[in-house]
Amino acid sequence: MSSQLLLNLFIAFLWMLLNDSWSGSAFMVGYLVGLGLIFMMRRFLPDSLYVKRAWALVKLLGLFTKELFFSSILVIRQVLSPRMDFSPGIFSLRTSLQGDWEITLLSLLITLTPGSVVMEIGEDGRCLYIHAMDIPEGQRTLVKTIYAFEKAIMEVTQDV
Amino acid sequence: MTVIGEAVAAVFIIAGSLVSILSAVGVLRFPDVYTRAHAASKSSALGVLFSLTGAFLYFGLVHNFISIRLLLAIFFVFLTAPVGAHVVLRAAHHSGVELAGINPRDDLKDDTDCSCPAGD
Repeated sequence: MSSQLLLNLFIAFLWMLLNDSWSGSAFMVGYLVGLGLIFMMRRFLPDSLYVKRAWALVKLLGLFTKELFFSSILVIRQVLSPRMDFSPGIFSLRTSLQGDWEITLLSLLITLTPGSVVMEIGEDGRCLYIHAMDIPEGQRTLVKTIYAFEKAIMEVTQDV
Repeated sequence: MTVIGEAVAAVFIIAGSLVSILSAVGVLRFPDVYTRAHAASKSSALGVLFSLTGAFLYFGLVHNFISIRLLLAIFFVFLTAPVGAHVVLRAAHHSGVELAGINPRDDLKDDTDCSCPAGD
């Protein structure tokens, strides 16, 4: 995957040099030309086109922004509620992701989403202990969100 | 164009300030260290996101200057804020700070052999 990106950047750089112009626009044109070349050669390359993963990454970012926004509203409502009638607690969740990077990314996203903090990761590295603002009601939606994150991360990191 | 750009940027910056104020209120009102860390780290991350996006839009739309540095600032805040919250809460739990007694559920304490279920 990264070799395709490097190849693309190399073609863009070469295009810029051949055009004898050191400008961002020539680089962008070269990048698009390189993308077209790699697209035509995609059947000879071992991995699938890296654009697919870049798109998956964009989708992950979109999902994250959405969650950040909606759960912020939830937490702000709890901050402003006259009686603090929510019940924070710690629950555990087994993740199906593998590899340090994927789990780190998942924990980062969970912790950035308001209303949940990853407190500890179990011995085997698969079990997340999550502190949540509102256990009985919030947990169900939270778990759903986390599974959506998991799926999006898998699309980025694993070749499907 | 300039006026619209300024207005959009102002809306973003005001939203960021409001979120920051609300997170400060949350730090004061929430009952224990765990919930306070939520307010301190998350809402302020959103506040920083809004304010810096507003500044980015202002420079981009009004002065025609794309500031990559502001985007990098957002990136680094988002990279470091959750680590801070995680470490504070982990240290608090390790040194035995009790949860506020509204809900006794504490899987991390009860479940020492990590036999956690697949999320119910």
